[in-house]
Amino acid sequence: MTNIIFDNVRLIDPASGRDSKGRLSVVDGRIAAIDPTDTPKNARVIDGQGAVLCPGLVDMRVSLGEPGAEYRESIESGAQAAVAGGITTIAIQPDTDPAIDNPALVHYIRSRGEESGLVSMHPYGALTKNCAGKDMAEIGLLKQAGAVGFTDGARAFADAKQMRNLLAYSGFLDTLVILHPEEPSLARGGCATASPQAVQMGLPQIPACAEAMMVARDLRLAEMTGARIHFSNISTGEALRLIADAKSRNIRVTCDTAPPYFSMTEADIGDFRTYAKLSPPLRQEADRQAVLTGLADGTIDAIASDHNPADADDKRLPFAQARAGGTGLATLLGVTLQAGLPLLEALRLLTIAPARLLGLEAGTLNIGAPADLCLFNPDETWTVAAGQMPGRAQNTPFDGRTLKGRVLRTFHHGKEVFTAHGLPNNPQPAQ
Amino acid sequence: MSASRHTAHLLGIEGMTEREITPFLDLAESYALLSRSRNAPRDVLQGRTVINLFFEDSTRTRTSFELAAKRLGADVVNMTVATSSVNKGETLLDTASTLNAMHCDLLVVRHAQSGAPALLSQKVEASVVNAGDGMHEHPTQALLDALTIRRHFGRLSGLKIAICGDIAHSRVARSDIHLLRAMGNDIHLAGPPTLLPSAFGTMGGVTLHHNIDNALKDADVAMCLRVQRERMGSGLVPSAREYFSLFGLDRKRLALAKPGALVMHPGPMNRGVEIASDVADSPQSVISEQVEMGVAVRMAVLDRLSRMKRPS
Repeated sequence: MTNIIFDNVRLIDPASGRDSKGRLSVVDGRIAAIDPTDTPKNARVIDGQGAVLCPGLVDMRVSLGEPGAEYRESIESGAQAAVAGGITTIAIQPDTDPAIDNPALVHYIRSRGEESGLVSMHPYGALTKNCAGKDMAEIGLLKQAGAVGFTDGARAFADAKQMRNLLAYSGFLDTLVILHPEEPSLARGGCATASPQAVQMGLPQIPACAEAMMVARDLRLAEMTGARIHFSNISTGEALRLIADAKSRNIRVTCDTAPPYFSMTEADIGDFRTYAKLSPPLRQEADRQAVLTGLADGTIDAIASDHNPADADDKRLPFAQARAGGTGLATLLGVTLQAGLPLLEALRLLTIAPARLLGLEAGTLNIGAPADLCLFNPDETWTVAAGQMPGRAQNTPFDGRTLKGRVLRTFHHGKEVFTAHGLPNNPQPAQ
Repeated sequence: MSASRHTAHLLGIEGMTEREITPFLDLAESYALLSRSRNAPRDVLQGRTVINLFFEDSTRTRTSFELAAKRLGADVVNMTVATSSVNKGETLLDTASTLNAMHCDLLVVRHAQSGAPALLSQKVEASVVNAGDGMHEHPTQALLDALTIRRHFGRLSGLKIAICGDIAHSRVARSDIHLLRAMGNDIHLAGPPTLLPSAFGTMGGVTLHHNIDNALKDADVAMCLRVQRERMGSGLVPSAREYFSLFGLDRKRLALAKPGALVMHPGPMNRGVEIASDVADSPQSVISEQVEMGVAVRMAVLDRLSRMKRPS
């Protein structure tokens, strides 16, 4: 494997707090030294020209279509989209067809990820068999096989007693349970957040409080059982207040949000734009502001892309009938950099924070760590264009938006897995 | 055990002291020897009527009580729910009146509802023996487990006893815990939290484990409880294979216990779920002896209750 020396880069490592100009060397696929005085033998020299070199991003929620819906996104195409976004570690939703509810499928996803050679893939295990919300999945055996957490994806549990049992059982195995908080009977059939706009548009609605109601219930059950829970895609201020309060009482709860919830509102569904139909639905401005505050004050622990591929036929439908979800891998970094957070903090939410939540060896520039790296220019702008995005799925809710922050190169375990268009990618041995 | 006027009942172990428990075990021990030599005294319960009133299917316990009563010379009638008028809408207390009119002396009751034998005991003139009520108690099972342990160790105190399995739904576990605590043993319970409520940890002398290995370490006794197939996939345990992988008593785990530790199971067993077949059939297993002691213990219980009833 080619050794590398990054020259003239701004090293940002949120895990250690480092933000300094310098150099970094990679030997045998691992980070060998920061600011080395000598250059490793036969090393390829990459002149960063002042760009940021940070740990490869860790995306804790990605849906892929494999197995079962490869026409939307395969493991290979999803991995390509990830590395184009500077992401080198992804955690994959289990609600595929078949669902990741048996140990063999956990091994399958892991080995398919390795075959891609682009990113580290960590499957979540199904919380219930077939993610159907009924019978408990083999949480213990799935964990032994390598599932990094448990979830049923975007399915919330109506039955509180069932939730209690699931939390009690996963609690003793010390697994992270990831919950999509949305009171199912209140959300049933809805596709837009309850608001005057949705009334005008004549769309069936989901009240914002459907999120807080479920968060309130599950926090109580977590407190009762001692389980470790994590709420995904938090989109409302009311839910964030409950979570902040629970954290102050040492309940084992964490949460994340996804870029649409701090960068878009219901206004973006405009003329029934189905690419902006998401689950949970885009909220009103006050909730968007609350999510930004939650990011700034630490109530929100991580940012995930919530990449959710759909093909044209999934989206070319009347709004209420269209499939919910948007792609997010390639835009994760750019949208997050616009959230008004200090750069170090924004990158923390995309690297070490999710890695720690999942217990993964990723998201740092530690000496000896796998050289998963993202080189990006924080000042360069680019425009999101559906149809020209990396990966198979093109249903980006950010279509047409200009983002600041362009990924130049991505490295996974020391191997260059993405090179921005127009950059040389031939290894250049040192003289 | 409780006594109202001249009638004594055995409704549960909870609250019984060592002084109340030991005479049952002593008498049962002698009945065990007499049963083995085919010399059980047929005149002990001669002329007395024992009714086995079973509202829940149980071949093993009912047969054990029937045999115990017959060995002591009693007249035994088995009433099971399928043939009783309960199915025709009769309430439990109507059943009590009917039984009173029949003048039975000892009433052995099994019922799916916790507290049903206690309710009956308030209304019938016979001595009531609880043969298992809901998730509450199964006192004769605890006595037979205790006797089995005492015969092997020569004592019934200062032992580390691991009880593993579906403790939440087990009346056997509750009675065993009460009895073994009363005698001064160190009790360790193991199971997933869905089958092991944390409330058991509030009892003195009881330690809870969600890792069975910790419960078994240096144990004198490894007792497995049945995990009913109905629990699998019910939301409490995902599957039999996962349960066995996390909590099944196999050779490797048994090796954590003291050499020669007793392996016990109240039956019926789910081989390959809570216990590996080779462990169940190993020389350390006293599962068959538990069944034998069951008859002896039930002889002792029927004998003592019938004598307590006599005007002193």
